[in-house]
Amino acid sequence: MEFFFQILINGLSIGFLYALAALGFVMIFKSSSVLNFAHGELMAIGAFVFLVLSTWAKLPIWLAFLITLAGSFSLGFIIERFFLRPLIGEALIEVIMLTVGLAIMLKGLMLFIFGGDIHSYVDFLPQTLTFHWGAIEVPGVYVATFIVGLIFLGLFGFFFKYSSQGIYMRSVADNQPAAMALGVHVRRVFAISWAIAALVCAMSGIVLGIINGINVHEVSAVGLKVFPVVILGGLDSIGGAILGGIIIGLLETFTGGYISSGLREVIPYIVLIVILMIKPYGLFGLVEIERV
Amino acid sequence: MRKLQFHPCGNFNETYERELTIFETDYGRLSMLIGLILLFAVIPFITNEYVLYVINIIGIYAIAAIGLNLLIGYTGQISLGHGAFFGVGAYSAAILATKAGFPFLIAVPLAGVITAIVGMFFGLPSARLKHLYLCIATLASQFILEYVFVQWESLTGGAEGISIPSGSLFGIDLGSDRNFYYVIFICLVVMTWMAVNLIRTRYGRAFIAIRDNDQAAEGMGIPIFQYKLLSFAISSFYAGFAGALYAYYMMSITPEPFNLWLSIEYIAMIIIGGLGSIPGSIFGTIFIIALNETLSLATEFLMNVGATGIGITIAPLREFVYGLAIILFIIFEPKGLAEVWRIVRSSFRLWPFSY
Repeated sequence: MEFFFQILINGLSIGFLYALAALGFVMIFKSSSVLNFAHGELMAIGAFVFLVLSTWAKLPIWLAFLITLAGSFSLGFIIERFFLRPLIGEALIEVIMLTVGLAIMLKGLMLFIFGGDIHSYVDFLPQTLTFHWGAIEVPGVYVATFIVGLIFLGLFGFFFKYSSQGIYMRSVADNQPAAMALGVHVRRVFAISWAIAALVCAMSGIVLGIINGINVHEVSAVGLKVFPVVILGGLDSIGGAILGGIIIGLLETFTGGYISSGLREVIPYIVLIVILMIKPYGLFGLVEIERV
Repeated sequence: MRKLQFHPCGNFNETYERELTIFETDYGRLSMLIGLILLFAVIPFITNEYVLYVINIIGIYAIAAIGLNLLIGYTGQISLGHGAFFGVGAYSAAILATKAGFPFLIAVPLAGVITAIVGMFFGLPSARLKHLYLCIATLASQFILEYVFVQWESLTGGAEGISIPSGSLFGIDLGSDRNFYYVIFICLVVMTWMAVNLIRTRYGRAFIAIRDNDQAAEGMGIPIFQYKLLSFAISSFYAGFAGALYAYYMMSITPEPFNLWLSIEYIAMIIIGGLGSIPGSIFGTIFIIALNETLSLATEFLMNVGATGIGITIAPLREFVYGLAIILFIIFEPKGLAEVWRIVRSSFRLWPFSY
């Protein structure tokens, strides 16, 4: 029973992490319909910048965190401006391949600078975060993940619901020509959504780094795990991304714990195929109806 | 012999047959003939071992790239699992050759057929999905197949892989690079010929109609699901055939090379070469393999001249350059090398009165 609960907790926290990562992905997809293959690499960049600032340069944690977020925000802007904007209106495969090229490029750059080893942060989380419940122990990292995740999800909820920029973004996602006609600056919306997505990526990268240590290969592999998560929830649903993340996280840890660790890596994709066969637009995705 | 025809200075096609011809002028036929003579009578005798090896690899990959171009460039179904299908072909050939003892001549096409069946199975989601969703479904098939390669140890030998005896064809041993060169390039020429002609048939036109607008295609009475599956089958057949040749050429296979990276490499080949262009797939393959080899030679060179430290640190820059090449092509020449080639040709033809 104890084993079960430990796995449950692991699964929930990994799932929450996936949900956070998926959030940035859904953000980009919702506003610009771009399938971002460079997601894991953006996460890794955030994690490494934080590593440099907090562990190597020994800045105070809050300052390092803020600088990292600001840096990724601008990185998102730059990527949109120089790589994605020339492709507005181009075929889908070209946009996808561009993000693949971006992923390869960023990964090569990071391997060049930081190498393929595992790095880890200085321990900065207070011990009081560790949570005991009978014999079950919830490590402080997981609690921190959960708190940070909740805060950001709440912030995003408010951002989309009440801020004017958030409403612009929703309008662009809903109907781009109509939004344009009503005077929404669509290109700026794209730029901002990339910037925010990069920021969310950086944050989930940092959390992942705290839990597992940072390794370029591993973080970019998590970037690919985002696909089953968002497909399960529906590509354009934020609530779906969270639920999908938690389901995939639980599925992974339970398969790893009870069946085999080899299957663990591939089970999300098997589930993905099954879901696509049964419910092609995910649990909460927008169903596109086409008739001939 | 009739008079050689020059290129007309405009589009003067009067019949559908004229529109569909492969060679617009007789000079095209002539230069193809010269190219074939160079390919079969000159190149294998003037190259050294290493260059011949690289050319062989280009030939094998080009077959699979043509298959992928039929699927992505002509039918518009994005597949991220082509590397795994290539692997299915390699494993089928290896298993047929070692466990069932089939000869080369049967094992290779049969491996293609097996891969076509696997490809059709993973093409099934295309019944309900398209665009992004299909792309992700094929990504899943890549991971599932990779898992099968590693875990089905009784059949695939797990991470150890399988080693294959060198094949023989009509009593000729295919162990040497030069003998295999002929096998690969005869296959490549035949399969290119098949692909070019496939596009001119009813099936090819249906594929293009599905790519351009699937709803309109269905409205015109094309059963799109059958045609999509057919496209998946043909594309996987090409991949499987190439994979089988790869297995025989390498003489031992492990699950290692057939990963997502290989699938991405294939897509990079056809994008850089030109989507929807059969010669483009071959140009793209040459470009990517040449880029790979140049970058690894550069790394090796730096290590040999005593700069081992630099050599190791710049190794990841290979990936960087690779990614950069893809991005630059997509942004500046989205139609790929096939378009560059067309521009070069027409600027020669129009000289000095180019406009």
